[in-house]
Amino acid sequence: MSNEPKLTVIPFGPQHPVLPEPVQFQFYVDEEKIVDVLPNIGYIHRGIERAAELNDYRRNLYLCERICGICNIIHGQTYAGLIEKMTDTEIPIRAKYLRTIWAEIARLQSHLLWIGLFAEAVGFESLFMKVWRDREIVLELTEATNGHRIHMGTTVIGGVTKDMDEALISRYQKDMDKLKKEMDDWAHVFRKDPAFLSKTVNKGVLPKKDAVHSGAVGPVIRASGIPQDMRNNGYEAYGELDFEPVVYDNCDVQGRVLVRLDECYQSVDLIKKALNQLPEGPIAVKNEKFPDGETIYRTEQPRGEVFYYAKGNNTIHLERVRIRTPTLPNIPPLLGMLVGHDVADIPAIVHSIDPCMSCTERITDIKEVA
Amino acid sequence: MPSFLGNIIENLFGKPATVKYPFEKPEPVPGTRGELNFNMAKCDQCQDCERTCPSAAITVYPEEKRIEWNSFQCIYCHACVRACMHEAIEPLINVEAPDYKKRVKSFEA
Repeated sequence: MSNEPKLTVIPFGPQHPVLPEPVQFQFYVDEEKIVDVLPNIGYIHRGIERAAELNDYRRNLYLCERICGICNIIHGQTYAGLIEKMTDTEIPIRAKYLRTIWAEIARLQSHLLWIGLFAEAVGFESLFMKVWRDREIVLELTEATNGHRIHMGTTVIGGVTKDMDEALISRYQKDMDKLKKEMDDWAHVFRKDPAFLSKTVNKGVLPKKDAVHSGAVGPVIRASGIPQDMRNNGYEAYGELDFEPVVYDNCDVQGRVLVRLDECYQSVDLIKKALNQLPEGPIAVKNEKFPDGETIYRTEQPRGEVFYYAKGNNTIHLERVRIRTPTLPNIPPLLGMLVGHDVADIPAIVHSIDPCMSCTERITDIKEVA
Repeated sequence: MPSFLGNIIENLFGKPATVKYPFEKPEPVPGTRGELNFNMAKCDQCQDCERTCPSAAITVYPEEKRIEWNSFQCIYCHACVRACMHEAIEPLINVEAPDYKKRVKSFEA
C-alpha cells in the first residue's frame, strides 16, 4: 500500500450548466481539494485565420467582426486599425471619437453581461436578472445606432459608416445617466454583501509576481495590481480623454469583480466625456492602397489585450493573419488560481477570467484513435 | 437584501421587461438592418453588390437582368447598400423570421 492519496478525476465541460463556453477542464481532486488541473481547448475551432488569408482583405472586416459576438465592435475596429496602419491611412478625428464611444459601449455591455453571469454562478439569480435588464439600456442604444442589438457593424476601413446626430447624442447622454443610476442600485451588493464576499474574497488568488510571469492580461492582471491596459497607448481617442486604468491590489476573485464594476462606471464617464468633446468633420476617408509589409496592432477588449498580426504582399489578399484574443493568455494563470481550492469554488474562479472560447480557438488537436 | 425590496414591489406592479415574442411582435426600430429589396428599375447590373458581399449571398445575372439574394447566407451587414452607387438596394426594416426551407429570393427587371 502506498501512502499517496488516491486522486479522483472530475471532468468539467465542454458542456456544463455553469459554463457558458465549450472548454474542458479535468480536475484531479483529493477529497474536496483540487490538486491539479488539465485544460483542453479546441472544441469550436472554425479556421478563421485561414479564411482570412483566402478572403479579400476588405471582406475580412466582416469576418473579424464575427469572431466573437460580445466583442464584435472591438474586433472590427482592431482589424480596421491594422489595415489602416498597413496602408498609412489617417482616419478623421470624428471617426476616432465615434469608434471610442462604441468601443466603450461594447465594453459596457460585455462587463454587464459578465457581472450578471457571475452573480448567477455564485447563486444570485435575482441579481443576474436585474443586471441583464439594465444591460438592455445599452443594447437598445446599439440598436438605435445602427439597427442591430449586438452586431453594430459601424466600422469600415478608413472610418465609420454611421454618424451621430443631435437626437442620438442626447439619447446617449440621457441613457448613460439612467444606467449609472441603475448600477448604483445593485453595485453595493458586489462590494458589501457578506454572502457574496464569502464566495469571492481570498478565492482564486493570483499574486502580482505570478500574474506577470504567467502573462495574464486585462482585468485579471489589473486585479493583481498591475496597470496594464492597451488604452494607455492612446489609440483612437483615448489619448485625449485622460484615461487612467482601474487597478486593484486584491489579487483574488473579488478584485476582478471590482475592476469590472469600476470599469463600467469608467466607461459611462468616458462615453459622456467623448460625447461632450465630439469634434465636427467627416467620418470616413477612402483607402487607396493595398496592404503591404508586416504590422501588429493591439487594442483593449473587455477581456484584455487583443493582438492582430498581418503580412500583406500588395494584393487584395493577406499572406498571413494571426489573431490572439485575451482568453488564451488568461488560461495559464487560471490553472494556478484553481489549485488548492474546493470543488464548490470552481464556477466562481473559472468565471472570474471571463472565458470566451469562440474568440480563442485558433488551433485544434485531433487525436488519432487506434 | 432590504435594498432589493423596492425592486420586488416595482416588479409586482410594473410592466414586464420582456415581450412574448411570437405572439406579440416588437415594433422595429427605425434603421434596423433588415431584408434586402432590389429596385430593378434603378439597377444597371454592375455587380458591385456581388463583389462587396462578404458572405456571397448575392448573385447577379446581367444577361437575364436578374438578381438572386440568399436570405439565409446573408449576414445583414448592408455593405452592399453602401456599395451600390445607384442606390438601387432599398432595405426593409423588418427582421427575417426562420423558415423550414432555405429560400432564394429572385428579383427581375
